[in-house]
Amino acid sequence: MKNKAFATIKRHYQLYLLLLPSAILLFCFAYLPMFGIVIAFQKYSPALGVFGSKFVGFANFLQFFRSYQFGVTIKNTLVLSIYSILVGFPLPILLALMCNQMKTRMFKKVFQVVTYLPHFISTMVMCGLILIFLSPSSGLFANLFKLFGGTFPNLMAGASSFKHVYVWSDIWQHLGWDSIIYLAALAGIDPTYYEAATVDGATTLQKIRFIDIPMILPTAVVLLILRAGSILGIGFEKVFLLQNVQNIMSSEIISTYVYKMGMQSMQYSLSTAIGLFNTVVNVIVLLAVNVIAKKFTDNSLF
Amino acid sequence: MNGKKKQQFTQDTVVNIVFHIIAILMILMVIYPLWFVIIASFSNPADVASGKVWLWPKTLDVRGYQKLFEQKQIWKSYLNTIIYTVVGTAIALFVNITAGYAMSRKDLPGRKWINVFYVIPMFVSGGLIPTYLVVKQFGLLDNFLVMVLPFAVSTYNIIVARTFFQSSLPESLWEAAQIDGCSTIRYFVQFAVPLSKAVIAVVGLWTAVGLWNSWFNALIYLQSENLIPLQLLLRRILIANESLLGAATGTMAQELRQLSDMMKYGSIVISTLPIMMLYPFLQKYFNQGVMIGAVKG
Repeated sequence: MKNKAFATIKRHYQLYLLLLPSAILLFCFAYLPMFGIVIAFQKYSPALGVFGSKFVGFANFLQFFRSYQFGVTIKNTLVLSIYSILVGFPLPILLALMCNQMKTRMFKKVFQVVTYLPHFISTMVMCGLILIFLSPSSGLFANLFKLFGGTFPNLMAGASSFKHVYVWSDIWQHLGWDSIIYLAALAGIDPTYYEAATVDGATTLQKIRFIDIPMILPTAVVLLILRAGSILGIGFEKVFLLQNVQNIMSSEIISTYVYKMGMQSMQYSLSTAIGLFNTVVNVIVLLAVNVIAKKFTDNSLF
Repeated sequence: MNGKKKQQFTQDTVVNIVFHIIAILMILMVIYPLWFVIIASFSNPADVASGKVWLWPKTLDVRGYQKLFEQKQIWKSYLNTIIYTVVGTAIALFVNITAGYAMSRKDLPGRKWINVFYVIPMFVSGGLIPTYLVVKQFGLLDNFLVMVLPFAVSTYNIIVARTFFQSSLPESLWEAAQIDGCSTIRYFVQFAVPLSKAVIAVVGLWTAVGLWNSWFNALIYLQSENLIPLQLLLRRILIANESLLGAATGTMAQELRQLSDMMKYGSIVISTLPIMMLYPFLQKYFNQGVMIGAVKG
């Protein structure tokens, strides 16, 4: 039996050879760090190493749960994340439905090329653009307001405006791109449906309501599950770059706090514990949303 | 009947017009800010700050670019970014396409478990500090390799490649080659790769754009000035508002601040232009990537 398995593997050794480079990299830089999670349960000191540091159980987690930052970072993460989903989930669908019904091919093409464009701007440049345009003294918006005799508020200095800046700049950058997947689903619709609908006297809006929307619903559900599953995993880069002393009360999220604790305060164990807490919550939410979706819509990831 | 047809016609016309108006507004909302950055980079900074520049530079002023190109660090970082992008893309293509091909083969023993091995890291990671400590153990801190090697594997791209190989390489081709005595690796190099230019282009482009725009790993793992990529240098110029020109006082300070503003616009243009110029030509590949990714599973 064992020999047979060995023989099969030997016969296919070249396939394993092809897998080897990626498997080695994954093992070293994805799996080895997973063992490093141990330090979340230790009072880790670099001098003593993973094997020599003292085991402290859940002390690091408790320290985080009891700290003032716990409530603040969770609240900020949830606010940004839910706001992003509420706006960022339906808008690409609406855009795709609209784009799909546009008759002029040339115009449609131009529209698509242009709306995809900002997606390729780096997060760094995007944040630079936001800061330049929103500058209350010389920014584009400030000058626009001046034309009409108004004054433009300093959005980056307020804790309450941070979420709007974050979410709507994201819409500007990714709206077109996020609609591609729905456009692909719409392009797959059998054209005879539309022809039959036209013969029956359906208007454009009726076609959208009774053909397009039911057809893209499965895609939409899967994407919603994915987004909801990463509700606490909101992107680090943009929040981190837009953060400043004045808006920190609403811009400190879990991932930026993990970074600060780990790379700036050198509290390795605490930082790892917070990160682990985040990962665990993410996986639980993903599984839960998946179960709910399965129950109510027949669509699920797994 | 006739009345209904007419009603349908007028309603459709109105909807069509509304759709086109919305679309035109959206095009303007995307294009104008980008256009403004370009004209602002060529304009007198005082004009830009006081809102005199709207559609075209009032007076042409290229001092921003002059000062930018005088900075040695800009050239250095630009070159670093090009190297990271080219080398990183080559490595990523090698590891992901080979894995994608192997996993597309139904006769791969233990395929199910290998699949699990590759998918788990998509959902679970060690986190920032454990990963940092491992990279440190391997002696990759402040090493150029850290930008191109450790995180080259992308399960998502492997799945894209696997799906492509499964759907567009006929199994009979491999069977025929096998009968003629062709080995797996030779088949991969001589048949699979040449027949898969589309997926290689897709994965390569995704990776290249990602590498060009990335900065977080550089922030964490690199310290030396001569290793930092362009995006991290942009952080100083755009976000931290550091002037690359040094400090000055009095009337000099005012001029310096304006020059720094020009350099901000200029640096955005020179860092984003390569991707923006390529993009319309490569668009069909990007779209294909999304399509291939969408049918995964």
